[in-house]
Amino acid sequence: MNTLFKLKILLIMVVSTSIVLSACVKKPADEGLSGTVVIQGSDTMVDLGAFWAEEFMRKNPGVSVSISGGGSGVGIKALIDGTTDIAQSSRAMKSDEIEKAKVKGIEPYEFMVGKDGLSVIVHPDNPIVGLNKNELSLVFQGKITNWKELGWEDKPILLLSREATSGTHIFFKENIVQLIDKKAEFSPGALLLAASSAIVREVAANKYAIGYVGLGFVNPKVKALKVAKDKDLPYVYPTIETVKNGDYPISRPLFFYTKGEPTGVVKHFLDFVLGPDGQKILEELEFVPIK
Amino acid sequence: MKLKEKVIVKLIFIAGYSAIFFSLAIFYYILKESLPFFQLYSLGEFITGNQWYPVSEPPKFGILPLLSGSFIVALFASLITIPTGLIVAVYISEIAPLWVRSFLKSSLEILVGIPTVILGVVALYTLVPFLRNLFNIPTGLTALAGVLMLSLMAIPTMASLSEDSLSSIAPSLKANSLALGATRWQTIRYILIPSARSGIIAAALLSLGRVIGETMVVLMITGNAPQVMFSLLKPVRVLTATIGAEMGEAVFGSAHYHVLFTLGLVLLIISTIINITSYFLLGRKK
Repeated sequence: MNTLFKLKILLIMVVSTSIVLSACVKKPADEGLSGTVVIQGSDTMVDLGAFWAEEFMRKNPGVSVSISGGGSGVGIKALIDGTTDIAQSSRAMKSDEIEKAKVKGIEPYEFMVGKDGLSVIVHPDNPIVGLNKNELSLVFQGKITNWKELGWEDKPILLLSREATSGTHIFFKENIVQLIDKKAEFSPGALLLAASSAIVREVAANKYAIGYVGLGFVNPKVKALKVAKDKDLPYVYPTIETVKNGDYPISRPLFFYTKGEPTGVVKHFLDFVLGPDGQKILEELEFVPIK
Repeated sequence: MKLKEKVIVKLIFIAGYSAIFFSLAIFYYILKESLPFFQLYSLGEFITGNQWYPVSEPPKFGILPLLSGSFIVALFASLITIPTGLIVAVYISEIAPLWVRSFLKSSLEILVGIPTVILGVVALYTLVPFLRNLFNIPTGLTALAGVLMLSLMAIPTMASLSEDSLSSIAPSLKANSLALGATRWQTIRYILIPSARSGIIAAALLSLGRVIGETMVVLMITGNAPQVMFSLLKPVRVLTATIGAEMGEAVFGSAHYHVLFTLGLVLLIISTIINITSYFLLGRKK
């Protein structure tokens, strides 16, 4: 398996050990912060959350932070059901989700904690260096179906997408596929894969595939394309810097949602995440800090 | 002593009837969760729609892409499974030497027990790239990959159950046939297979049920592209994989949540039809 997977296992071990340890060495309340924070949501952000939790617990041994993934929608659902303190989400809450929360007496508060650039990836043998947003839109709608139309071999394009319920899928659809026509859809022939790592694996193995993943998923076995906002504008390679200064055109905000205004230990955690230490961790994991 | 016996009889009674209770309870629950869907979405568009975009605004819940995917995969998997499984069963019960027989029978049973997710992972790294190179197609994640893996899973079920019914035929029948001068092939073809007919049909329908109900393998290797088409070399999305992949993130109480139960209801109806068919096929023989 890949290193990311190993890292994940290691992380889960570290986090669970630290939860146990923190429970063992719990100090009396007057010596510092204590309590628990439950976090659930976006799969894109689950590693990020684990690093934040670990660092925060190291600084505040009286606190235990538990973190789990499942997807942005799962986290938001948990927030509405009241089973999590913070929902991590790689997309904004939908209006019907906000209404459902209000019916249950929960006022969701939104905090942007970072940004993520979405890279469009192809096989390293693909000679195409960059595409503009309009071309990407046509490719993923299935209106450009052959690499010949983009100036390469006469071979059909294999489209790779995430599952329709994934936050990444929804963001890419709303911002690229529906760039011009708000009713446009992904091509029905696009493969729906369960994870970003599966998209990277398929692109690495398939010369004629194209897919999209977060910046942190790009590895040397695949090639990230330069993207231009329009065909006359400069083509920009996705990096932390170009996403941060806004030159790279496909980036999305990463959110925390809390039940009402955060208080107590949840507020401390949020302050930590938005502070310099939390934002540094963001950058270490190839996400983009907001400051 | 008598009390103990009574308790045991009652327990057996409860165990027997609980099966009926749970089937009905599951059916009721699925029905209850799927009916609200038709207040949110039109039945006609559901049945005739050829687009599946569950999270779009407005969403499109056409069942045809999923139904065609399930249909093509189940059809070809049964076309491979049923004859192959029967041949294996005949070989094991009638042709193979005794030591091969017990060895083959136990290997089949081991094959039945392999968790499907493991078969899926193995296929992902071996069968899928192989198919892509063999047919020179854009991706190996196709209906064909699903068909081949499902056959591999269902053949042992088919073979093992058919073998059971072939070997339960009275030995005198076979002996009489051979004594009358029939060849071994004639005995198998005209005496043994017809005598075991009901068992073989039951085995075939159980294998078909396994093929239609399987989720993990098809989710992993059929590519999951919800499109209406009837080609083995294209990616497809099947009913079970749709429920498996989307249930986790469907907003509770939304049309999307309810439609996934409706897909479950469709699956339940299909398996009920299979069971009723087998009931009539087997009943006619008696």
